[in-house]
Amino acid sequence: MSKKSSLSTKLSLAPYSLWAALFIVVPLIFVAYYAFTDNSFNFTFDNISRFFTAKSKVEGAEVRTYLLIFWRSLKLAFISTVICLLLGYPLAYIMSRAKERSQKIMMILIMIPMWMNFLIRTYAWMTILQDTGILNSFLSAIGLRRIHIIGTESAVVIGMVYDYLPYMVLPIYSIMAKMDDKLIEAAKDLGCNSAGILRRVIIPLSLPGVLSGITMVLIPSVSTFYISQKLGNGKFFLIGDAIEGQFVANNLHFAAAISFILMIVLLAVMALMKRFTNNRVYGGGSTL
Amino acid sequence: MKKIIELKNISKSYDGNKVLDNISLDIYDNEFLTLLGPSGCGKTTTLRLIGGFDQPDEGDVIFLGERINDVPPHKRHVNTVFQKYALFPHLNVFENVAFPLRVKKMPREEIEKKVNDMLDLVMLSGFARRRVSNLSGGQQQRVAIARALVNEPKVLLLDEPLGALDLKLRKDMQQELKKIQKATGITFIFVTHDQEEALSMSDTIVVMSEGRIQQIGTSVDVYNEPVNAFVADFIGESNILDGVMLEDLKVRFAGHTFTCVDKGFGRGEAVDVVIRPEDVDIVKESEGMLTGTVTSVTFMGVHYEVIVDIAGFKWMIQTTDFVDVDEKIGLYIEPDAIHIMKKSEYSGMFGDYSSFSNELDELSIPPEEEGDES
Repeated sequence: MSKKSSLSTKLSLAPYSLWAALFIVVPLIFVAYYAFTDNSFNFTFDNISRFFTAKSKVEGAEVRTYLLIFWRSLKLAFISTVICLLLGYPLAYIMSRAKERSQKIMMILIMIPMWMNFLIRTYAWMTILQDTGILNSFLSAIGLRRIHIIGTESAVVIGMVYDYLPYMVLPIYSIMAKMDDKLIEAAKDLGCNSAGILRRVIIPLSLPGVLSGITMVLIPSVSTFYISQKLGNGKFFLIGDAIEGQFVANNLHFAAAISFILMIVLLAVMALMKRFTNNRVYGGGSTL
Repeated sequence: MKKIIELKNISKSYDGNKVLDNISLDIYDNEFLTLLGPSGCGKTTTLRLIGGFDQPDEGDVIFLGERINDVPPHKRHVNTVFQKYALFPHLNVFENVAFPLRVKKMPREEIEKKVNDMLDLVMLSGFARRRVSNLSGGQQQRVAIARALVNEPKVLLLDEPLGALDLKLRKDMQQELKKIQKATGITFIFVTHDQEEALSMSDTIVVMSEGRIQQIGTSVDVYNEPVNAFVADFIGESNILDGVMLEDLKVRFAGHTFTCVDKGFGRGEAVDVVIRPEDVDIVKESEGMLTGTVTSVTFMGVHYEVIVDIAGFKWMIQTTDFVDVDEKIGLYIEPDAIHIMKKSEYSGMFGDYSSFSNELDELSIPPEEEGDES
């Protein structure tokens, strides 16, 4: 490439670079800066250590507040992500193998809920899951026992799965739709039955889509706060709620510290997963 | 020779289009058989039926005496080299070749030995750890062949495997495929629309058109003794003229009576006469059996391609002697250069070079004009 074209490439990237610097890099620096300073902006580790040491009493037992909240957030996010994967992967596979017309219809069906406001969707789930809600009316109408689900962890998980499922399906689907049919025929030709094709060809080839699906579900689930407040009846304080609470209470430095720790943990998780899938996908020597 | 595959009265339609129309074909052990024809003639469908990717609507696929219509691909002793190779992008060269062995759960040492032997055979020994996307087209091709052969199939199917390679590489691979076939003793069923490729590699050529088999024979048979105008035109260049068989060994066409070597036709039977461009000798106008005017001369390297107008019918002649445009020349045709065919549905569709252009010829579009006059 000539110098001229590389200059024009740089120039054309300039607006994006500026945008990224202003709205991604600078805020991140601010988060870090706030996390490591006190109210008069002196350097301190207090906010970080408060996250690990703050204690409170839950049902008579003393617990480390934020670690407990953090653990609960990770647990619920992990469960939601696994359910999204279990539901989303077969759905993406079925979609990618369907006729073109059916593919489009299914795509629209998945997209339509995303056009509606997130808050409204969560409120809708409240009316469904309430003790006197649609689900329980239905259960009693067909003669089954009513269940109490609103305000439980299950309700929060249901809300998260519903909201984030499309983010799991779409990246996996887009990878599967691009997959060459000939590869599947080749696998058949070389002795694979259906299970073998899935295990040896389809799953390994769709791993990058699975990885981005997991990323796109796990991160918003870990940091969600609205769903847990509405569907958990405020009983399940999650890390997102903690950040929001500290922020509302004008504890900006501690809110930044929680965000900072959350970010580090998520980055570590993503790096670990990337490493794992890279080895699986291109692992030259892994089998010998 | 042992029959390895028999196709019996096979028909197959897609969406109401008949792609194969009552095809029967015997394929013998150890042979290099080529299915040759223009696109849409049903050659790839035939291959897919043998591979098990499609089932025939009617008729049977027999493998070593057993009907295998409903046997899925992974249970057939047949492997395929796909048109665009279909290598697994998530696996390296070694793992691509090892794929069928791993499916079989073969012991590790055995896999390593077999794969390395196979990579030696296709001359890719140093490439085992490379990613397939980093290989050239020719190298990918070799990986695909190695992967298909490592399972030691009884039959290897090759679906236009050389189509994506450039001319030089294609010639080398033709030689190599032939060598591999000899070395392994596996039956190769090769699909191509390239007649030169078919002629140079095959033990048996099956010429197909419109879902039907036109001719089965050796390269020499189909070139020298084409059964109809389609085969004569599709394989090599041909001047195809309307003629009348006067008696055994005497045929009249282009306003002249020729001595030929064919017999067994009815007296006065209308026939198609094939004369290959390289079999015509250019002589002085006064000494020619036929005379005509040169309308175009193209230099092809080894020879000139000369189009001669003889009473309105344009002949193609290949010669190493230079003639000039508008020159009047005579043509001399030896008796054994004349090949007589029975009339067929393809009569009159091919073999006149009035609308000749190299480009059209490569696209295998039959000439649209009808100009067969004699």
